Amino acid sequence: MSDFFVPRLGHVVWETVPRLGAATRLLLGGLSAVGNRHFSFRQWLREVYGLGVLSLALMIVAALFTGMVLGFQGYYALVRFGATSALGTLIALSLLRELGPVLTALLFAGRAGSALTAEIGSMKATEQLAAMEMMAVNPLAWVVAPRLWGGIFAVPILCVIFDLVGIFGGYLVSVPVLGVDGGTFWAQMQSNVTLSGDILNGLLKALCFGLVVTWIAVWQGFSAKPTAEGVGAATTRSVVMASLTVLGLDFILTALLF
Amino acid sequence: MSQRAIDWWVGIFVLLGVAALAVLALRVGNLSGFAYGNGYVLHADFNNVGSLKDRSPVKLGGVTIGEVTHIGMNPQTFRAEVTMRIEPRIKLPIDTGASIYTQGLLGEQYVAIQPGGMLQNLKPGATITLTQGAVNIDQLIGQMVFDKASGSSSGTTTH
Repeated sequence: MSDFFVPRLGHVVWETVPRLGAATRLLLGGLSAVGNRHFSFRQWLREVYGLGVLSLALMIVAALFTGMVLGFQGYYALVRFGATSALGTLIALSLLRELGPVLTALLFAGRAGSALTAEIGSMKATEQLAAMEMMAVNPLAWVVAPRLWGGIFAVPILCVIFDLVGIFGGYLVSVPVLGVDGGTFWAQMQSNVTLSGDILNGLLKALCFGLVVTWIAVWQGFSAKPTAEGVGAATTRSVVMASLTVLGLDFILTALLF
Repeated sequence: MSQRAIDWWVGIFVLLGVAALAVLALRVGNLSGFAYGNGYVLHADFNNVGSLKDRSPVKLGGVTIGEVTHIGMNPQTFRAEVTMRIEPRIKLPIDTGASIYTQGLLGEQYVAIQPGGMLQNLKPGATITLTQGAVNIDQLIGQMVFDKASGSSSGTTTH
Protein backbone atom coordinates (compact mmCIF):
# COMPACT_ATOMS: atom_id res chain seq x y z
CA MET A 1 0.00 0.00 0.00
CA SER A 2 2.62 2.50 1.05
CA ASP A 3 4.55 1.69 -2.11
CA PHE A 4 1.57 3.06 -3.98
CA PHE A 5 0.44 6.00 -1.84
CA VAL A 6 3.68 7.57 -0.66
CA PRO A 7 5.07 8.25 -4.14
CA ARG A 8 1.62 9.45 -5.18
CA LEU A 9 1.50 11.89 -2.27
CA GLY A 10 5.01 13.05 -3.08
CA HIS A 11 4.03 13.55 -6.69
CA VAL A 12 0.95 15.59 -5.75
CA VAL A 13 2.95 17.83 -3.39
CA TRP A 14 5.72 18.13 -5.96
CA GLU A 15 3.19 19.30 -8.57
CA THR A 16 0.84 21.41 -6.44
CA VAL A 17 3.15 23.58 -4.38
CA PRO A 18 5.05 25.09 -7.34
CA ARG A 19 1.73 25.63 -9.13
CA LEU A 20 0.42 27.53 -6.12
CA GLY A 21 3.59 29.59 -6.11
CA ALA A 22 3.25 30.37 -9.81
CA ALA A 23 -0.42 31.29 -9.34
CA THR A 24 0.52 33.65 -6.50
CA ARG A 25 3.20 35.21 -8.68
CA LEU A 26 0.57 35.75 -11.37
CA LEU A 27 -1.82 37.33 -8.85
CA LEU A 28 0.70 39.69 -7.27
CA GLY A 29 2.27 40.51 -10.65
CA GLY A 30 -1.16 41.21 -12.14
CA LEU A 31 -2.37 43.34 -9.23
CA SER A 32 0.80 45.42 -9.13
CA ALA A 33 0.99 45.84 -12.91
CA VAL A 34 -1.43 48.79 -12.71
CA GLY A 35 1.51 51.19 -12.81
CA ASN A 36 3.03 49.46 -15.83
CA ARG A 37 2.97 51.46 -19.07
CA HIS A 38 1.17 48.60 -20.83
CA PHE A 39 -1.75 48.75 -18.42
CA SER A 40 -4.66 50.33 -20.24
CA PHE A 41 -7.47 52.01 -18.37
CA ARG A 42 -9.71 51.51 -21.39
CA GLN A 43 -9.05 47.79 -21.33
CA TRP A 44 -10.05 47.79 -17.67
CA LEU A 45 -13.32 49.57 -18.52
CA ARG A 46 -13.90 46.99 -21.25
CA GLU A 47 -13.47 44.21 -18.69
CA VAL A 48 -15.80 45.89 -16.18
CA TYR A 49 -18.33 46.00 -19.00
CA GLY A 50 -17.80 42.38 -20.02
CA LEU A 51 -17.63 40.94 -16.51
CA GLY A 52 -20.01 43.27 -14.68
CA VAL A 53 -22.54 44.97 -16.92
CA LEU A 54 -23.22 41.88 -19.03
CA SER A 55 -23.79 39.78 -15.86
CA LEU A 56 -26.34 42.26 -14.53
CA ALA A 57 -29.42 40.68 -16.15
CA LEU A 58 -28.52 37.24 -14.80
CA MET A 59 -27.93 38.63 -11.31
CA ILE A 60 -31.21 40.54 -11.24
CA VAL A 61 -33.29 37.54 -12.30
CA ALA A 62 -31.47 35.22 -9.87
CA ALA A 63 -31.81 37.72 -7.02
CA LEU A 64 -35.50 38.30 -7.61
CA PHE A 65 -36.28 34.59 -7.44
CA THR A 66 -33.96 34.01 -4.48
CA GLY A 67 -35.71 36.75 -2.54
CA MET A 68 -39.17 35.48 -3.45
CA VAL A 69 -38.33 31.91 -2.37
CA LEU A 70 -36.86 33.23 0.89
CA GLY A 71 -40.11 35.09 1.46
CA PHE A 72 -42.22 31.95 0.99
CA GLN A 73 -40.02 29.59 2.99
CA GLY A 74 -39.40 32.09 5.78
CA TYR A 75 -43.12 32.77 6.04
CA TYR A 76 -44.03 29.08 6.41
CA ALA A 77 -41.35 28.61 9.05
CA LEU A 78 -42.26 31.73 11.03
CA VAL A 79 -46.05 31.58 10.80
CA ARG A 80 -46.13 28.59 13.18
CA PHE A 81 -44.73 30.79 15.93
CA GLY A 82 -46.77 33.84 15.02
CA ALA A 83 -43.48 35.57 14.30
CA THR A 84 -44.08 36.66 10.70
CA SER A 85 -43.17 40.18 11.77
CA ALA A 86 -39.54 38.96 11.71
CA LEU A 87 -39.79 38.00 8.02
CA GLY A 88 -38.21 41.23 6.78
CA THR A 89 -35.25 40.76 9.09
CA LEU A 90 -34.87 37.13 8.04
CA ILE A 91 -34.85 37.96 4.33
CA ALA A 92 -32.54 40.96 4.67
CA LEU A 93 -29.98 39.27 6.89
CA SER A 94 -29.91 36.05 4.84
CA LEU A 95 -29.29 38.03 1.67
CA LEU A 96 -26.87 40.62 3.00
CA ARG A 97 -24.70 38.23 4.98
CA GLU A 98 -24.68 34.99 2.99
CA LEU A 99 -26.79 34.53 -0.09
CA GLY A 100 -25.94 37.82 -1.77
CA PRO A 101 -22.15 37.48 -1.78
CA VAL A 102 -22.08 33.69 -2.27
CA LEU A 103 -24.66 33.43 -5.04
CA THR A 104 -23.19 36.46 -6.80
CA ALA A 105 -19.76 34.84 -6.72
CA LEU A 106 -21.06 31.44 -7.90
CA LEU A 107 -23.01 32.98 -10.76
CA PHE A 108 -20.06 35.19 -11.58
CA ALA A 109 -17.79 32.14 -11.74
CA GLY A 110 -20.18 30.47 -14.15
CA ARG A 111 -21.01 33.48 -16.27
CA ALA A 112 -17.78 35.49 -16.33
CA GLY A 113 -15.03 33.30 -14.85
CA SER A 114 -15.53 30.56 -17.44
CA ALA A 115 -15.36 33.13 -20.25
CA LEU A 116 -12.14 34.57 -18.82
CA THR A 117 -10.50 31.16 -18.69
CA ALA A 118 -11.60 30.26 -22.21
CA GLU A 119 -10.45 33.62 -23.55
CA ILE A 120 -6.97 33.49 -22.00
CA GLY A 121 -6.69 29.78 -22.76
CA SER A 122 -7.32 30.39 -26.45
CA MET A 123 -4.91 33.31 -26.41
CA LYS A 124 -2.35 30.85 -25.15
CA ALA A 125 -3.37 28.10 -27.62
CA THR A 126 -3.04 30.53 -30.54
CA GLU A 127 0.27 31.77 -29.14
CA GLN A 128 -0.93 35.33 -28.68
CA LEU A 129 0.62 35.49 -25.22
CA ALA A 130 3.98 34.38 -26.61
CA ALA A 131 3.64 36.97 -29.39
CA MET A 132 3.07 39.69 -26.78
CA GLU A 133 6.26 38.75 -24.98
CA MET A 134 8.09 38.78 -28.30
CA MET A 135 6.89 42.36 -28.80
CA ALA A 136 8.03 43.25 -25.29
CA VAL A 137 4.42 43.78 -24.17
CA ASN A 138 3.99 42.55 -20.61
CA PRO A 139 1.00 40.13 -20.61
CA LEU A 140 0.63 40.71 -16.88
CA ALA A 141 -0.13 44.36 -17.54
CA TRP A 142 -1.97 43.98 -20.83
CA VAL A 143 -4.05 40.84 -20.14
CA VAL A 144 -4.05 39.97 -16.44
CA ALA A 145 -4.24 43.31 -14.61
CA PRO A 146 -7.39 44.69 -16.31
CA ARG A 147 -9.21 41.40 -15.80
CA LEU A 148 -8.22 40.99 -12.15
CA TRP A 149 -9.09 44.57 -11.27
CA GLY A 150 -12.24 44.37 -13.38
CA GLY A 151 -13.44 41.33 -11.43
CA ILE A 152 -12.53 42.82 -8.05
CA PHE A 153 -14.41 45.97 -8.98
CA ALA A 154 -17.46 44.35 -10.58
CA VAL A 155 -18.38 41.67 -8.02
CA PRO A 156 -19.12 43.98 -5.03
CA ILE A 157 -21.30 46.15 -7.25
CA LEU A 158 -23.13 43.09 -8.56
CA CYS A 159 -23.52 41.95 -4.96
CA VAL A 160 -25.09 45.24 -3.80
CA ILE A 161 -27.54 45.07 -6.66
CA PHE A 162 -28.23 41.39 -5.90
CA ASP A 163 -28.95 42.26 -2.24
CA LEU A 164 -31.31 45.06 -3.09
CA VAL A 165 -33.23 43.18 -5.80
CA GLY A 166 -33.43 40.11 -3.54
CA ILE A 167 -34.91 42.11 -0.67
CA PHE A 168 -37.37 43.65 -3.10
CA GLY A 169 -38.30 40.14 -4.30
CA GLY A 170 -38.83 39.07 -0.71
CA TYR A 171 -41.02 42.12 -0.15
CA LEU A 172 -43.08 41.30 -3.26
CA VAL A 173 -43.95 37.87 -1.88
CA SER A 174 -44.27 38.79 1.80
CA VAL A 175 -46.38 41.90 1.74
CA PRO A 176 -48.74 41.81 -1.25
CA VAL A 177 -49.03 38.00 -1.59
CA LEU A 178 -48.72 36.59 1.94
CA GLY A 179 -50.20 39.59 3.72
CA VAL A 180 -47.39 40.41 6.15
CA ASP A 181 -47.76 43.98 7.36
CA GLY A 182 -45.63 46.26 5.19
CA GLY A 183 -44.73 48.71 7.94
CA THR A 184 -43.62 45.91 10.25
CA PHE A 185 -41.66 44.28 7.43
CA TRP A 186 -39.51 47.37 6.90
CA ALA A 187 -39.45 48.53 10.53
CA GLN A 188 -38.15 45.20 11.82
CA MET A 189 -35.59 45.12 9.02
CA GLN A 190 -34.45 48.64 9.80
CA SER A 191 -34.03 48.00 13.48
CA ASN A 192 -32.07 44.76 13.00
CA VAL A 193 -29.82 45.43 10.00
CA THR A 194 -26.69 47.47 10.62
CA LEU A 195 -24.60 49.22 7.99
CA SER A 196 -21.15 48.13 9.14
CA GLY A 197 -22.06 44.79 10.68
CA ASP A 198 -24.22 43.37 7.91
CA ILE A 199 -24.08 45.42 4.73
CA LEU A 200 -20.39 46.31 4.60
CA ASN A 201 -19.21 42.92 5.89
CA GLY A 202 -21.26 41.31 3.13
CA LEU A 203 -19.57 43.56 0.59
CA LEU A 204 -16.16 42.74 2.01
CA LYS A 205 -17.00 39.09 1.39
CA ALA A 206 -18.03 39.91 -2.16
CA LEU A 207 -14.72 41.73 -2.68
CA CYS A 208 -12.76 38.67 -1.53
CA PHE A 209 -14.87 36.38 -3.72
CA GLY A 210 -14.37 38.66 -6.72
CA LEU A 211 -10.62 38.50 -6.23
CA VAL A 212 -10.56 34.73 -5.76
CA VAL A 213 -12.89 33.85 -8.64
CA THR A 214 -11.09 36.13 -11.10
CA TRP A 215 -7.71 34.92 -9.92
CA ILE A 216 -8.63 31.27 -10.40
CA ALA A 217 -10.16 31.98 -13.81
CA VAL A 218 -7.12 33.90 -15.06
CA TRP A 219 -4.70 31.34 -13.62
CA GLN A 220 -6.55 28.41 -15.18
CA GLY A 221 -6.46 30.19 -18.53
CA PHE A 222 -2.74 30.84 -18.20
CA SER A 223 -1.89 27.30 -17.16
CA ALA A 224 -4.20 25.59 -19.69
CA LYS A 225 -2.73 23.08 -22.10
CA PRO A 226 -2.51 24.97 -25.42
CA THR A 227 -4.95 22.68 -27.20
CA ALA A 228 -8.72 22.71 -27.75
CA GLU A 229 -9.22 19.98 -25.13
CA GLY A 230 -6.84 21.75 -22.77
CA VAL A 231 -8.84 24.97 -22.94
CA GLY A 232 -12.10 23.07 -22.42
CA ALA A 233 -10.74 21.21 -19.41
CA ALA A 234 -9.31 24.43 -17.96
CA THR A 235 -12.69 26.14 -18.28
CA THR A 236 -14.39 23.31 -16.40
CA ARG A 237 -11.69 23.33 -13.72
CA SER A 238 -11.98 27.08 -13.39
CA VAL A 239 -15.72 26.95 -12.59
CA VAL A 240 -15.43 23.93 -10.27
CA MET A 241 -12.44 25.26 -8.37
CA ALA A 242 -13.83 28.78 -8.10
CA SER A 243 -17.20 27.52 -6.79
CA LEU A 244 -15.65 25.24 -4.19
CA THR A 245 -13.18 27.91 -3.10
CA VAL A 246 -15.98 30.45 -2.71
CA LEU A 247 -17.97 28.08 -0.51
CA GLY A 248 -14.96 27.19 1.62
CA LEU A 249 -13.77 30.76 1.90
CA ASP A 250 -17.28 31.83 2.86
CA PHE A 251 -17.11 29.59 5.90
CA ILE A 252 -13.80 31.10 6.99
CA LEU A 253 -14.90 34.67 6.35
CA THR A 254 -18.17 34.14 8.22
CA ALA A 255 -16.24 32.80 11.22
CA LEU A 256 -13.93 35.81 11.09
CA LEU A 257 -16.37 38.62 10.32
CA PHE A 258 -19.55 37.88 12.21
CA MET B 1 -19.07 48.06 -29.17
CA SER B 2 -17.57 51.52 -29.28
CA GLN B 3 -15.49 52.77 -26.37
CA ARG B 4 -18.00 55.51 -25.71
CA ALA B 5 -20.86 53.06 -25.33
CA ILE B 6 -18.75 51.00 -22.93
CA ASP B 7 -17.94 54.13 -20.91
CA TRP B 8 -21.64 54.84 -20.67
CA TRP B 9 -22.56 51.34 -19.60
CA VAL B 10 -19.82 51.12 -16.99
CA GLY B 11 -20.87 54.54 -15.68
CA ILE B 12 -24.47 53.38 -15.38
CA PHE B 13 -23.29 50.15 -13.71
CA VAL B 14 -21.30 52.07 -11.09
CA LEU B 15 -24.16 54.49 -10.47
CA LEU B 16 -26.55 51.57 -10.02
CA GLY B 17 -24.19 50.09 -7.46
CA VAL B 18 -23.88 53.35 -5.56
CA ALA B 19 -27.63 53.88 -5.62
CA ALA B 20 -28.27 50.34 -4.40
CA LEU B 21 -25.77 50.84 -1.58
CA ALA B 22 -27.44 54.11 -0.64
CA VAL B 23 -30.83 52.44 -0.39
CA LEU B 24 -29.36 49.57 1.63
CA ALA B 25 -27.51 52.01 3.86
CA LEU B 26 -30.76 53.71 4.72
CA ARG B 27 -31.42 50.25 6.15
CA VAL B 28 -33.51 49.13 3.25
CA GLY B 29 -36.08 51.41 4.84
CA ASN B 30 -37.80 54.37 3.33
CA LEU B 31 -39.31 52.39 0.45
CA SER B 32 -42.76 51.95 1.95
CA GLY B 33 -42.75 55.39 3.55
CA PHE B 34 -44.94 56.52 0.69
CA ALA B 35 -47.73 54.14 1.66
CA TYR B 36 -49.47 56.63 3.99
CA GLY B 37 -47.80 59.72 2.56
CA ASN B 38 -51.15 61.35 1.84
CA GLY B 39 -52.64 60.32 5.16
CA TYR B 40 -53.56 62.76 7.94
CA VAL B 41 -51.68 63.13 11.21
CA LEU B 42 -53.02 62.22 14.65
CA HIS B 43 -51.24 62.39 17.99
CA ALA B 44 -51.71 60.28 21.11
CA ASP B 45 -50.05 60.54 24.53
CA PHE B 46 -49.17 57.33 26.32
CA ASN B 47 -47.59 56.79 29.72
CA ASN B 48 -45.58 53.90 28.27
CA VAL B 49 -44.96 53.04 24.61
CA GLY B 50 -43.05 49.82 25.30
CA SER B 51 -41.02 48.84 22.26
CA LEU B 52 -43.18 50.71 19.74
CA LYS B 53 -41.04 52.07 16.89
CA ASP B 54 -41.29 54.45 13.99
CA ARG B 55 -43.24 52.73 11.18
CA SER B 56 -45.05 50.39 13.55
CA PRO B 57 -48.55 49.71 12.23
CA VAL B 58 -51.72 51.44 13.42
CA LYS B 59 -54.65 49.03 13.33
CA LEU B 60 -58.39 49.29 13.56
CA GLY B 61 -60.18 45.98 14.06
CA GLY B 62 -57.00 44.17 13.01
CA VAL B 63 -56.73 46.02 9.71
CA THR B 64 -53.75 48.30 9.20
CA ILE B 65 -54.96 51.84 8.59
CA GLY B 66 -51.76 53.80 9.16
CA GLU B 67 -48.33 53.84 10.69
CA VAL B 68 -46.39 55.52 13.49
CA THR B 69 -44.25 58.31 12.10
CA HIS B 70 -42.66 59.73 15.23
CA ILE B 71 -42.28 58.96 18.92
CA GLY B 72 -41.22 61.75 21.26
CA MET B 73 -41.34 62.80 24.88
CA ASN B 74 -43.42 65.68 26.15
CA PRO B 75 -41.15 67.48 28.64
CA GLN B 76 -44.09 69.04 30.52
CA THR B 77 -46.22 65.98 31.11
CA PHE B 78 -43.48 63.31 30.95
CA ARG B 79 -45.68 61.27 28.67
CA ALA B 80 -44.64 59.71 25.35
CA GLU B 81 -46.12 61.47 22.33
CA VAL B 82 -46.84 59.19 19.40
CA THR B 83 -47.49 60.74 16.00
CA MET B 84 -49.35 58.62 13.46
CA ARG B 85 -50.37 58.90 9.85
CA ILE B 86 -53.83 57.54 9.09
CA GLU B 87 -55.42 56.71 5.74
CA PRO B 88 -57.47 59.72 4.64
CA ARG B 89 -60.67 57.77 4.03
CA ILE B 90 -60.78 56.56 7.68
CA LYS B 91 -62.51 59.30 9.71
CA LEU B 92 -62.36 58.66 13.45
CA PRO B 93 -64.85 60.08 16.01
CA ILE B 94 -63.46 62.41 18.68
CA ASP B 95 -63.97 59.90 21.51
CA THR B 96 -61.69 57.37 19.81
CA GLY B 97 -59.27 55.49 22.04
CA ALA B 98 -55.78 54.19 21.34
CA SER B 99 -53.93 51.31 23.00
CA ILE B 100 -50.58 49.65 22.46
CA TYR B 101 -50.78 45.89 22.02
CA THR B 102 -48.37 43.15 21.00
CA GLN B 103 -48.78 40.89 17.97
CA GLY B 104 -48.62 37.37 19.33
CA LEU B 105 -46.56 36.59 22.39
CA LEU B 106 -43.21 37.87 21.20
CA GLY B 107 -44.23 39.94 18.19
CA GLU B 108 -43.95 43.57 17.25
CA GLN B 109 -45.99 46.16 19.12
CA TYR B 110 -48.65 48.20 17.35
CA VAL B 111 -51.20 50.90 18.06
CA ALA B 112 -54.78 49.62 18.21
CA ILE B 113 -57.53 52.17 17.59
CA GLN B 114 -60.94 51.77 19.24
CA PRO B 115 -63.40 54.05 17.44
CA GLY B 116 -65.93 55.92 19.56
CA GLY B 117 -69.53 56.80 18.83
CA MET B 118 -69.59 60.59 18.65
CA LEU B 119 -70.76 62.28 15.47
CA GLN B 120 -67.87 64.76 15.35
CA ASN B 121 -64.64 63.48 13.81
CA LEU B 122 -61.05 64.03 14.89
CA LYS B 123 -59.46 66.75 12.77
CA PRO B 124 -55.99 66.25 11.24
CA GLY B 125 -53.39 67.08 13.89
CA ALA B 126 -55.76 66.36 16.79
CA THR B 127 -54.71 64.39 19.87
CA ILE B 128 -56.36 61.19 21.05
CA THR B 129 -56.83 61.49 24.81
CA LEU B 130 -58.27 58.09 25.71
CA THR B 131 -55.11 56.02 25.71
CA GLN B 132 -53.77 52.88 27.27
CA GLY B 133 -50.02 52.31 27.18
CA ALA B 134 -48.08 49.16 26.59
CA VAL B 135 -48.32 46.43 29.19
CA ASN B 136 -44.99 45.75 30.80
CA ILE B 137 -44.66 42.00 31.23
CA ASP B 138 -41.86 42.29 33.80
CA GLN B 139 -44.05 44.57 35.89
CA LEU B 140 -47.01 42.17 35.60
CA ILE B 141 -44.93 39.18 36.66
CA GLY B 142 -43.39 41.17 39.51
CA GLN B 143 -46.81 42.24 40.66
CA MET B 144 -48.13 38.69 40.48
CA VAL B 145 -45.21 37.35 42.50
CA PHE B 146 -45.63 40.15 45.02
CA ASP B 147 -49.37 39.46 45.31
CA LYS B 148 -48.76 35.76 45.82
CA ALA B 149 -46.18 36.43 48.50
CA SER B 150 -48.17 39.03 50.38
CA GLY B 151 -51.49 37.28 49.71
CA SER B 152 -50.59 34.45 52.10
CA SER B 153 -50.14 36.88 55.01
CA SER B 154 -52.78 39.59 54.51
CA GLY B 155 -54.70 38.59 51.36
CA THR B 156 -55.78 42.17 50.70
CA THR B 157 -52.91 43.65 48.73
CA THR B 158 -54.07 44.75 45.32
CA HIS B 159 -52.62 47.20 42.84
